[in-house]
Amino acid sequence: MSWILIVEQSLNGLQFGLMLFLLAAGLTLVFGIMDMINLAHGSLYMLGAFLAATLVQATGSFAAGVLLAIPATALLGMLLEMSVLRPLYARDHLSQVLATFALILILNEAVRIIWGPDMPLSVPAELSGPVQLFPGMVYPAYRLLIIGVGAAVAGALYLLVARTRIGMLVRAGASNREMALAMGVDIRRLFTLLFGVGAGLCAVAGALLGPLFAVQVGMGENILILAFVVIVIGGIGSIRGALVGSLLVGIVDTIGRAFLPILFGIFFQPRVASAAGPAIASVLVYLLMVVILYIKPQGLFPARG
Amino acid sequence: MRRAAPWVAVVLALAFPLAMQAEHQTYYLSFASRIFIYALAATSLNLILGYGGMISFGHAAFVGTGAYVSSILLSEGVASAWIGWPAAVAASSLAALAIGAVSLRTRGVYFIMITLAFAQMVFFLVNSMKAYGGDEGLSLGERASVGLGVDLGSDLAFYYAALAALAAGLYGLHRLVHSRFGRVIQAVRENEERAEAIGFPVYRHKLACFVIAGAAGGLAGALLASHGKYVNPNVLHWTQSGTLMMMVILGGAGRLWGGVIGAAALLGLEDLIANHRVDWLAAILPNYQQHASLGVGAVLLAIVLFAPQGIAGMLARKNACSS
Amino acid sequence: MTRQLLAPILAWAVAGWLPLPAQAADKVKIGFISTLSGPSAALGVDIRDAFLLAVKMNGGRLGGLPAEVVVGDDQFKPDVGRQLAEKNIKLDKVNFLTGFVFSNIMLASVPVAFENKIIYVSPNAAPSPLAGKQCNPYFFAASWPNDAYHEAAGQYATTRGYQAVYMLAPNYQAGKDSLEGFKRFYKGTIAGEVYTQLGQLDYSAELAQVRAAKPAAVYIFLPGGMGVNFIKQFVAAGLSKDMQLITPGFSSDQDIIRAVGDPMLGIFDAAHWALDLDNAANKKFVAEFEKEYKRLPTVYASQGYDTALLIDSAVREVKGRIEDTEGVRKALKAAKFQSVRGSFRFNRNQYPIQDYYLRVVGKDSQGRLVNKTMGTIFKDRGDAYVQECPMK
Repeated sequence: MSWILIVEQSLNGLQFGLMLFLLAAGLTLVFGIMDMINLAHGSLYMLGAFLAATLVQATGSFAAGVLLAIPATALLGMLLEMSVLRPLYARDHLSQVLATFALILILNEAVRIIWGPDMPLSVPAELSGPVQLFPGMVYPAYRLLIIGVGAAVAGALYLLVARTRIGMLVRAGASNREMALAMGVDIRRLFTLLFGVGAGLCAVAGALLGPLFAVQVGMGENILILAFVVIVIGGIGSIRGALVGSLLVGIVDTIGRAFLPILFGIFFQPRVASAAGPAIASVLVYLLMVVILYIKPQGLFPARG
Repeated sequence: MRRAAPWVAVVLALAFPLAMQAEHQTYYLSFASRIFIYALAATSLNLILGYGGMISFGHAAFVGTGAYVSSILLSEGVASAWIGWPAAVAASSLAALAIGAVSLRTRGVYFIMITLAFAQMVFFLVNSMKAYGGDEGLSLGERASVGLGVDLGSDLAFYYAALAALAAGLYGLHRLVHSRFGRVIQAVRENEERAEAIGFPVYRHKLACFVIAGAAGGLAGALLASHGKYVNPNVLHWTQSGTLMMMVILGGAGRLWGGVIGAAALLGLEDLIANHRVDWLAAILPNYQQHASLGVGAVLLAIVLFAPQGIAGMLARKNACSS
Repeated sequence: MTRQLLAPILAWAVAGWLPLPAQAADKVKIGFISTLSGPSAALGVDIRDAFLLAVKMNGGRLGGLPAEVVVGDDQFKPDVGRQLAEKNIKLDKVNFLTGFVFSNIMLASVPVAFENKIIYVSPNAAPSPLAGKQCNPYFFAASWPNDAYHEAAGQYATTRGYQAVYMLAPNYQAGKDSLEGFKRFYKGTIAGEVYTQLGQLDYSAELAQVRAAKPAAVYIFLPGGMGVNFIKQFVAAGLSKDMQLITPGFSSDQDIIRAVGDPMLGIFDAAHWALDLDNAANKKFVAEFEKEYKRLPTVYASQGYDTALLIDSAVREVKGRIEDTEGVRKALKAAKFQSVRGSFRFNRNQYPIQDYYLRVVGKDSQGRLVNKTMGTIFKDRGDAYVQECPMK
């Protein structure tokens, strides 16, 4: 087992965790402040990817396509919020779960009708090669970009939430909504704005992960569940919790997928080891959530006082 | 008149195959059996979701456990349904007991997430069982056999078996809901703190409810596996739990026929859109048949937003107004 | 309430009484189910397009009878495939079933056909169980035994003298078959044998292992979108400079080339067919396919085309009497048609016996990336499982 392997897998875990954070951040804010379970969050991620794919084709530039996709998705997100999701704030969680589950179905098909089942989106040529980090260690340039962007967005979000007025309103709303309302915060505009920011974050993740995975209908469903696991682990309403949770989940998942098959390979046949490894890795993530909920029922950094 | 409705439905269900046999449409016997099986699964979820108020997002785990246990037994040579199906029910009850014992300690969104998490764990574990097909699934040579001169391999016989199971499930739900146990559960759903204050052992009631629902779900799973002679991990995926919840809400949560109506409506709607072309609609939207889910999703959204009592609820209201 | 409940139930029951159009014995109905959506849709689409092209070139007929092809999308899901098969056989009453790309979906779906004595002609999936112990009279493989390309690749790796090979395949029956096949003919060291998840698209973890293992060559069986992503990530990780990538023919075919592009240059692969095979049927096929669909065909397309021609020849042999299932079977087995791969004949397990070639990805006269035939690896090869098959 070489340390190059460990470094490479750790970078993979970091990359995945940061992208997961982009989704979890928007989700935890919506849930924490608006107390709304939004299963359609994964669909915004999908929309972001499809819009990016279209805009990259239209503009011929990867950067332009991705950058334009962000406000486009944010706009669509805000439209969605104002039309369909607003009546749900007052409803119970079950109604929210079912309504947003229905939205997943509707949005999946709508995307299929408008764009088709998938769209091509490739890593830009300049970034499709490896970069030498230090002698003996090369890593794909594109994945380094993802890590960079993820870290930058995390930093920007932190600044926004911790150091600006809007951020203060958001934190106030997360920790005690009624009080914030009582103090005269224009809740409707804030909610819409927040939803738009969440959608924009989804777009970044969708556009950046698109070339690695595939831009296809239904791509949001699996990552959505992981995002929920992350915010439950991190504490609903907490950006810091979302970051810690995502990194934890990203690393556990990647390390599990990477090293468990090797471990099992010592005892079992290749086919069994290869199957058991990823399965146990996925189970570990859920087990992690159950254990954390047992020790700290409100998550690691609960926003609510 | 209201009391007669269930009996009319039963008579129609019993007579339906005769109509189908006349037209050589055995496909619809198979389709109807599927509806009965999903109706049973949805009814079992209705118990905890509709009557118990517990938003479990992991019900697919119990249906799937039942499906897999009965399939594994069949593939290992245990052909008798008298062993296989009770085993499936026992396994899913145990799973419900284990999962319920831990999950029911939590509330609200945490309960939803934990039930989801456990269901996903079962999904991933089963997915990795290469010995039983893994994600390729397990193909069964034959359906389970009940002996008694009846061959479940025939679509007609299986139709009646599925109908019998559904009828038993509905009857059981009816008795349960009107019993003291059922009244306590509904009281808990209405206001849990008050129920506790009165002195009801809330946790125990909820857990018992969970296990019963898990058992019924397991039976549905066993039937599902035998029906298609095939099982794969998708039956355990969280989207399947979502589909079952859709059926319950569509049909009417907390209403006896909610699961049945929901399953029939959902599966019927899907089949209608996919297999029966409406020409004027096809003229406007050429490929509409491939996008059935959009219609289904729209109907569900509409129900949640405007008619949260579901179809059964709407029918009941209409009846109440007219009488 | 009774009336409300009654109406829909009655309507539904009545619908069952409505007379259906009488089943015409004077046309041939084909149930075509394939993967037409998702990352691996290109495969199913190619098979379908080629199949329909063959029917069209035949004047909309197969074996003289007007042909109706009912196309369905299995969405890469075995249960959907199975349900579609049931619908095709019990509701649409098709005479032949065909189309599946993936073995797992096919294996879940064809039992319905076998039970109802409907013949399945496979344009792609041909897994080892159906070649050996579970061989079935209603199953005909018009493609190649699942192991074949891998055996050929293994043979090539041995001949070329690669010391150590690292192998990857998805964790399902065909994946297992593929690496077994490779190992059957590769006599060097196995640097690694890894099974990935079916449909997996991110290979960062596996590529890190490959780098650590330092093999001379890497052999992958990753069809469709899986292969596209792996090859892109393999090159992005800088591994293509140090190791030779070998693949089975379809993993370096036109669909992958279209998605990946120039990083494909220099990949070696093994297949039973190539664009430049020199026979009349093939030249016609490639020209017509390119004219109709504005793209070059893959091996999948060639198989879909051959499947249609095979069915056409059988229906013609029985002079349109397709109700005579036994007769159709014999006619299929005789395989009296001009295949685009050259000579074609069936083994007694109804799997083909044919030649396999070495190909390399290079540029053709118009500068397009194509697979060019380099030589023959096997001549008249059947499969390793036929001894276990009780059929004569």
